[in-house]
Amino acid sequence: MSGLPLKAILMLAWRNLWRNHRRTLIMLAAITVGVWAMIFMTALMRGMVDDMLLNGIRGLPGEVQIHHPDYRDDPNVNNSMPAPHDALLSAMRVPEVTAWTSRVRVPAVISSERDSRGVVLLGVEPQSEVKVSFDLETIIEGRFLEDSSDRGLVIGAKMADRLETDLGKRVVVMSQDPDNNIADRGFRIVGVYKAKLASLEETYIYGGRETVQKMLKLGNSVSEVAISGGDYRNVDRWLGGIQQAAGNDVETLPWYEIDTYLGSMLAMMDGFVLVWIIIVFLALSFGLVNTLVMAVFERVREIGLMQALGMRPSTILYQILMESLLLLLIGLALGNAIAVGTIIPLQGGIDISVVAEGMEMMGTSSMLYPALKLNDMILANLIVIILGLLTSILPAWRAASYNPIEALNKT
Amino acid sequence: MSSIVCKDLCKTFQQGEEIITGLDHVSIEIEAGDFVCLSGPSGSGKTTLLNAMGGLDTPDSGQIQVGDTRVDQLGKGPLADMRLHKIGFVFQAYNLIPVLTARENVEFVMQVRGEPAQERSHRSHDILKEVGLEGMEDRRPAQLSGGQQQRVAVARAIVSQPALVLADEPTANLDSVTATQLMDLFVELNQHHNITFVIATHDTRVMAYAKRLIKMRDGKIISDEKQQHPSTVVS
Repeated sequence: MSGLPLKAILMLAWRNLWRNHRRTLIMLAAITVGVWAMIFMTALMRGMVDDMLLNGIRGLPGEVQIHHPDYRDDPNVNNSMPAPHDALLSAMRVPEVTAWTSRVRVPAVISSERDSRGVVLLGVEPQSEVKVSFDLETIIEGRFLEDSSDRGLVIGAKMADRLETDLGKRVVVMSQDPDNNIADRGFRIVGVYKAKLASLEETYIYGGRETVQKMLKLGNSVSEVAISGGDYRNVDRWLGGIQQAAGNDVETLPWYEIDTYLGSMLAMMDGFVLVWIIIVFLALSFGLVNTLVMAVFERVREIGLMQALGMRPSTILYQILMESLLLLLIGLALGNAIAVGTIIPLQGGIDISVVAEGMEMMGTSSMLYPALKLNDMILANLIVIILGLLTSILPAWRAASYNPIEALNKT
Repeated sequence: MSSIVCKDLCKTFQQGEEIITGLDHVSIEIEAGDFVCLSGPSGSGKTTLLNAMGGLDTPDSGQIQVGDTRVDQLGKGPLADMRLHKIGFVFQAYNLIPVLTARENVEFVMQVRGEPAQERSHRSHDILKEVGLEGMEDRRPAQLSGGQQQRVAVARAIVSQPALVLADEPTANLDSVTATQLMDLFVELNQHHNITFVIATHDTRVMAYAKRLIKMRDGKIISDEKQQHPSTVVS
């Protein structure tokens, strides 16, 4: 076998790479900028979509919800279900489940002395609700509910504007009881919240769960159980146990099935990242091929000489591929380092309030938090290495297939 | 024992619409340890014959045997192996690898053969000393004169002690003093190491060193003579 040891191939490749410093440096700069662009833009997009998904999941709320089988088609009070039983309570004690809450959730009408609006009335258990959905920092006036028998009501700032009402004033909330009779009750506004998305402020009003159950004559029944696991991507790890414990009389669904738009958003994002990385790579590949082709053309005689001296064509191929690999590895190392170095200082958030209204329509907030994911970095690196080597095969193969005599006679 | 046997070799080249005859039914036998010059004008076929013997070029027809190997029947990979293990090449242009030092150029063939580093280092040092390049081992080709580069190429060709050295116009780019030194070195290697030399040249000074002088024209051997008193190394 006439093969050079790896160390010798590496040494030859390294020295050949630096024969033309300027060309190698330009190519390295291109790979570095390309890799940086891949990772940086992916982190921005991931951050935006993460924000969109987290806002969406917070609004659901929870990564898993349990309902009466007909509730999602018709969210009325008749499609309620019993409060969680022992088996379900036990299933929700696994470490993956970080919080859960049960709520009454029905369509209602809220009236002030000035105006009336259609809303979603949430009867919540405040202590567990804040762990799953409600952010106490969004309360801008008054307080949140104290317990599930609290007789107060918390509404959004936008809703308060619409109703021309304010903290401390009374409003009437009206819905239907299980016998299709009007169920209504007067509430005093004890708190006003300001959500990240203004649309939420106009949709949800919060009352104590027991108070709402009494108003609707629901007994101990609830509309939904919302369960949170912390990481929306890994919900499938614990979903099965919850589904089994909840039984077949209810519907237990993950967030991506409850809101298929959010689910498809995640799938679309993964696809988009891949397409983005490949597009940047394609732009890079022209430079890479050009560099290698030029490097091969400049050394036709030398390649012929190596063959004449007894180097097998396959070893020539490895050597050219090794040059490409070295170039790619250096470019990747620099690109990754610069990407990490530029993303980490921005992880506190980038203020995009200039375009906040447009962003809100997409479900994101006015701060963009770049999300640097190891998986995205690995994907970008793998694609650059694999496609880079595949792209290099053509010039390497050309070099390996030279006829030694023709190559030696090249001027 | 014959080192090289060529039987009825034919080779033609296409140049535009013209067919050029490189080798026209050439048959030749060269003994091991011989010192042969192929001479003739440009286009006579001497380089074509040399390349065919070394497996660098394939004849259209005929047989070539180097030692016990049928060169004309080998594929690219085995041909490369044969060149690596049996043949040393010296070209007209010095043809060194520019990114390697003199020592690394000499070691290159041994490295491809997989010889251990210590052995490579020892032998490359000795051979560079033998060709008069002691102290220049770490210079790259661009830092050496033409004669010094050709000496490195010769050192590379003989460092693995091949049975056969094929040299194509090895003195073409050298001044007369350096050319003489190189030929003296060839003769010494031929005499002391019993290496077979086949040299394609039209330099009459080189021909004077040959034990056997083969003249070619238009792809044919027109004369094949043993020389009675070839030039020899004085020392």
